[in-house]
Formats: sequence, structure tokens, C-alpha cells
Amino acid sequence: MILLINICKIPFHYFEFVKPIEEILKKLNIKFITIQYDKLTSEIFLKADKVIISGTSLKDNSFLDDVDRFNWIKEFDKPVLGICGGMHILGLIYNGKLMEVQEIGLVTIYFDEEFFGLNGKLEVYELHNLFVESSEFDVIAKSKKCPQVIKHKHRLIYGVLFHPEVRNKKLIEHFAKC
Amino acid sequence: MKIAALFSGGKDSTFAVYLAREHGHEISCLISIFSENPESYMFHTPSISKVKKQAETANIPLIIQKTKGEKETELKDLTSAIQKAKSNYEIDGVITGTMESAYQSSRIQKICDILDLDCFNPLWQKDQFEILKNLIENNFEIIITGVYAFPLDETWLGRTIDKTFLEDVKMLYDTYKINPAGEGGEFETFVLNCPLFTSALEICDKKIYGKKNSWTMEIEIK
Repeated sequence: MILLINICKIPFHYFEFVKPIEEILKKLNIKFITIQYDKLTSEIFLKADKVIISGTSLKDNSFLDDVDRFNWIKEFDKPVLGICGGMHILGLIYNGKLMEVQEIGLVTIYFDEEFFGLNGKLEVYELHNLFVESSEFDVIAKSKKCPQVIKHKHRLIYGVLFHPEVRNKKLIEHFAKC
Repeated sequence: MKIAALFSGGKDSTFAVYLAREHGHEISCLISIFSENPESYMFHTPSISKVKKQAETANIPLIIQKTKGEKETELKDLTSAIQKAKSNYEIDGVITGTMESAYQSSRIQKICDILDLDCFNPLWQKDQFEILKNLIENNFEIIITGVYAFPLDETWLGRTIDKTFLEDVKMLYDTYKINPAGEGGEFETFVLNCPLFTSALEICDKKIYGKKNSWTMEIEIK
């Protein structure tokens, strides 16, 4: 079972940032459960085989005040994928720092190696005012402005700054099936 | 939250407004852009002057903004319309009916970011057939006011979005990959009635013009 963590504080953002991920998992017939990040209990995440953390809108960033709620990930030994705001969280729990860079819309990024079915030069959909840097992660892909894909040096923890549910659904499909 | 809706009078923007209300948000005003450029990438043009009647029957104030429809000036005009909504109605955010267009979505996101407003796109990435089904289930009365792609012709004008329409576009999708929700500009639609309206709108006159696979139906509302 995949645990999909919804980081939208304003529930109406679910339709834009969480539902498209659910639709990809539904098409693959993969079991998942969606939980709001502040309602998550250890009972739920202990049952998960994998975790996906969603993004949310540019303004809806109160999850950043609650990053401590995600410390359980450090003890979780299964794959975790953070998307945009989800990536910020993963970087921050591993002593990362947020920096300001805005990318909105279609942007070309460059991969150094294959990452869940994506490689080379690729057009992706971006929606962020921040990015995260942490020395505990390797950078797998970059845009001209900042790191786009990171992978933890020793753990199965991955972050993508762009929104794969928009133009690069293959990434989520590969992650869900890996 | 208090939200302004970018509103064309077609099914997507009307459905987005409906969803926002269903989720407890207040639609403070509608914003309609009248573009003089029929090829605009940002705004749908047919029947847009009829949005006044829709806003009236929905009891929602309407902000009208004219634009010449050149790429950069239309963004400036959209920004000033949203700014007006912010000053007049103290909105917290903007809602659109965008489903797929990264062009539209990214430009509106940037404007909202500059004006410090949240941006809602509840139809983003939504399955096109699911949207048509949702509209039928929720008693939206929608007619086709324009067709702009092969093999569509004038016989589609004035058709209602119902189960038969859904079956016919499914067939077109399988054969020609015609976008069933029409966001690629294949269809233009106009909402005559929906749960937001206090009464249904009635067509009192219509003019049809076009050729080959590009047809428009101009309607007059009572």
C-alpha cells in the first residue's frame, strides 16, 4: 500500500495537487491511502510500503511550520518520494536549507542519470518559489536555476522539485511499481 | 475564503465556480475578459458578452475587462482586472477552470503570486470525460456555441451536453483524438442553467456562420 500524504492546509487545493496523483495510482490499480499530514499516525505509516508526499499551492505553505511532524521518515526504511513542497520537507528534515528561486510553467531540466524512467533533457512543469539544498542528498537533475531531483546518499528517499503528475506521469508510475 | 473567478461563461469556468461554492468558498466576483483577438491563447471569446446575464442570474458581481488580445497586453489587462477584484472585494484568491494548458495556468499563477493571492485550479489534470459526466450529473444545461476542428461541423452547434453527446464525443475521441472537454479549442460552450443560477437563461435569437470545420453560433439571451 502506498501512503499518499496531502500537505495542502486549504482543503480545496486537494483537487489540483493530490487528486492528479491519485488518478495515476488508480490507473495502475495500486492500493493507496491519502492522509492529511497533520492527521497521520504511526499506525498508518507502519502499514505503508512506500510514501509519496504531495505539493501544494505557492501561498499554501503553512506545512513549513510543521516539518517536525515528518521526522518519522528518518526511521522509515522504505521508499519515499517528495514532490515540490514534499521535497522541501525531505531536505529540511535532513538539515537542509530553503532558498528562493521562482520557476513557474514549462522548464527544461537535465538529468545526470536515469531516474524512475526519466533521463537526458526533459521539459517539466514547475510551480515553486523555493528550493531546498541538503548535503545529505546527491543532485540527479538540475534546471538552469536550481537542483530539480535529489536522492538521499544512503536511503531510498527522493525529492523532485517539478510536478511529475502534470507532464511526466511516468516518474510516478515507475516509483509506484519499483 | 473570498475568491474571484476568471469566467468565460463556458462549462469549465462555471463548473470551477460551482465546486468552489460547494467547498464553502465565497465567490466575491466574476472576472470576464473581452478579447478583440479571436485567436487569443488566454481567453475564450464566443458568447462572452452574455456573461452579464449569467452573472445576473447567479447574483455575483461581474468585472469586465477589455483587451486588444495581443500576448503581453492581455496579461497586463488581466492583471489590472484581478487587482481591481482585490481592491473592491478584498479577495484572498483566484479560481480558474484550466485543465491542461500550462500556458494559461503558469501566467495566471505568476499574476497571483505578484498580487499575493492564492490560485485555485480544481479541474487541473482532471479526466475530460469525468468532467462531462459531472456536469450532466449536477444538472448543468450547456450548449455548444462553436466548433473548430475536423470532423466537427455546423450540425454540432446548439447541441446540449447530455449522455448522447458524451457517447458521440467518445467515438470522436477514439477515432480522431478530439478533446472531449474542448479545452484545445475544439468546442466552445455556453452555460444556460446550473445550480448557481436563480433561473435558466433562454435563447431568443441565434446567428450561425462559418465554413468547413469552423463554425460559430452567436446567441442572444432574453
